[in-house]
Amino acid sequence: MTSIIERTFSIVDKKPLFIPFIAAGDPSLKATVSIAKALQESGADMIELGVPYSDPLADGPTIQKASLRALKNGITLDDILETSVHMRMAGVTIPIILFTYYNPVLQYGIRRLFERFESSGIDGIIIPDLPIEENEEVKTWADHTGKPLISLIAPNSSERIERIASQADGFIYCVSSLGVTGERKKLHPQIHSFLQEVKQHARVPVAVGFGISSPEQVAELAPHSDGIIVGSAIVRIIEKNEETLLDPETRHLALAEIKTFVKHLYSGVL
Amino acid sequence: MSKVEPDYKTITGPDEMGRFGKFGGKFVPETLMNALFELEETYTKLKQDPSFWSELNMLLREYAGRETPLYCAEQLTHRLGGPRIYLKREDLNHTGAHKLNNALGQGLLARKMGKRKIIAETGAGQHGVASATVAAKLGLECKVFMGEEDIKRQELNVFRMKLMGAEIIPVSSGTRTLKDATNEAIRYWVSHVDDTFYVIGSVVGPHPYPMMVRDFQKIIGEETRMQILQKENRLPDLITACVGGGSNAIGMFYPFLTDEDVILRGVEAAGKGLDTPEHAATLSLGRPGVIHGAMTYLLQDENGMVAEPYSISAGLDYPGVGPEHAYLKETGRVQYTSVTDDEAVEAFQLLSETEGIIPALESAHAVADAVKSARQMDPEQIIVVNLSGRGDKDVASIQQRLGGGAR
Repeated sequence: MTSIIERTFSIVDKKPLFIPFIAAGDPSLKATVSIAKALQESGADMIELGVPYSDPLADGPTIQKASLRALKNGITLDDILETSVHMRMAGVTIPIILFTYYNPVLQYGIRRLFERFESSGIDGIIIPDLPIEENEEVKTWADHTGKPLISLIAPNSSERIERIASQADGFIYCVSSLGVTGERKKLHPQIHSFLQEVKQHARVPVAVGFGISSPEQVAELAPHSDGIIVGSAIVRIIEKNEETLLDPETRHLALAEIKTFVKHLYSGVL
Repeated sequence: MSKVEPDYKTITGPDEMGRFGKFGGKFVPETLMNALFELEETYTKLKQDPSFWSELNMLLREYAGRETPLYCAEQLTHRLGGPRIYLKREDLNHTGAHKLNNALGQGLLARKMGKRKIIAETGAGQHGVASATVAAKLGLECKVFMGEEDIKRQELNVFRMKLMGAEIIPVSSGTRTLKDATNEAIRYWVSHVDDTFYVIGSVVGPHPYPMMVRDFQKIIGEETRMQILQKENRLPDLITACVGGGSNAIGMFYPFLTDEDVILRGVEAAGKGLDTPEHAATLSLGRPGVIHGAMTYLLQDENGMVAEPYSISAGLDYPGVGPEHAYLKETGRVQYTSVTDDEAVEAFQLLSETEGIIPALESAHAVADAVKSARQMDPEQIIVVNLSGRGDKDVASIQQRLGGGAR
């Protein structure tokens, strides 16, 4: 059976889908629920919910700092699963994908985590430090529960592309350029041919992320991808509005700014 | 922990997945996977290439000053009144520690792969100095990632690196120490993987690094084995070495793994005590997890967040440990124990007084273990201590601790 994540790409009448990333608990779990709702209202089709980690080695400074802000609040994986439930109760209906490093998953227990996905409203998982060579156990549980493990492909994956694409579920997460997450002016020079090559081998939709922050970039990538993932650019707005978001009285101001940004980002496509 | 039966046939290396038992592997972002496979392929080829080893051995002999002596510490032996104690003098290696053995090997490898840029992480600065040295010698461009905290603590080594033309990249993320310097080096490598070689300083990180670094360090144990047979016509009863990431220990232990009568002991930093949170005793108190690309023992909280380690010795101040050590702990072939700051400082002074040798604080942990063990051993027995580095870099901090007056 195809997963909800994969089905979303065919149900939603829009291309590319908009997939924002936020760090759970940044600046607070309550704010995370409101931000997710606001993102859905401004057109998000899925949401990546980041699990804060002490050593996020695939992330640039913006998401590292978001992780630290969340960790200062003592956020645990259990809190995040509970927050996902709160997001559902608040009316977030789009798929929620957990973005987490491998060690927190390992310590929580792979089976235990996957068994909690259904009741927590989590639809899939991305683990940036778990290449296909090491993913057997996670993949087994993902298959068993129907909550896909999203695979990443990099511009230098070359002959690995076919192998990764052939086992990929949900969608394929293409990394736009060599490097860690974070906004950049220039994407990989061969980004179009790279996405084209991935599409040739893909059985599932192909999304692209890392470094995307401007309407020009979104417009440029739109014809070549099924989804656009935006993280640091949104997290930076959250960072700037930390105080405003923590206060329930002023939160709506920051949420409005996030909505305006998303509209701006997609202005070249919609 | 249940002991699994040691299988000395498979002890000669990781499997094709880069695993030592269940430890090791490659837990890195996809962007690095091809670089790691390329490295593994090149290294596997060069491993069979006699010209690579003859060039490396020439450098180790003529440039680093190997072989290093296996020195009989008669005064220390006499003072302790027990077994005969030998010191493997890695402190006499060029740049003052065993680190150069590995940096030379990886530097040559980088050159063979056509990469003119190298990066390295460093804590105390010993691996940074070794990498800067090799870069100067081989004409490579070198960036060293170092936590801001460590830059403050290790001014002298920072200056040495700069003197040799390396660029220091201060790391302000996380706790600003070795673990964060390693994170930052990996992040930089992800962005510059096409033209940059990452020289990892210990038997940690993703496969093939733990295997490769071990191979470059095993010269320590190979020399020791020959030297002790020449001097004593038999193998030692106990070999002891300090373990942070564990490269000097693996280098020393590896050629003795199948000598079942030789007790091998790795000594971790117990810092202010194992009953306090301030220690770096990963194998004693950690549990399996993933750090810097490898499955291994890890100091972490119940949610899998990496804990902040502590030791008076900056070189042992690391929350992970080489995956082969994790494996050797589980097989029971190597014993792992720990020594506190106080015990290490005591041993630091003892070796200085008795032998006129000022050890690195890291190596002082191994000396301290020898002192403890000597009490339970007979005079006709033999201990070998791996004296992995010299203590010049630590003199200032010890002076501060002892209030200026040596006893």
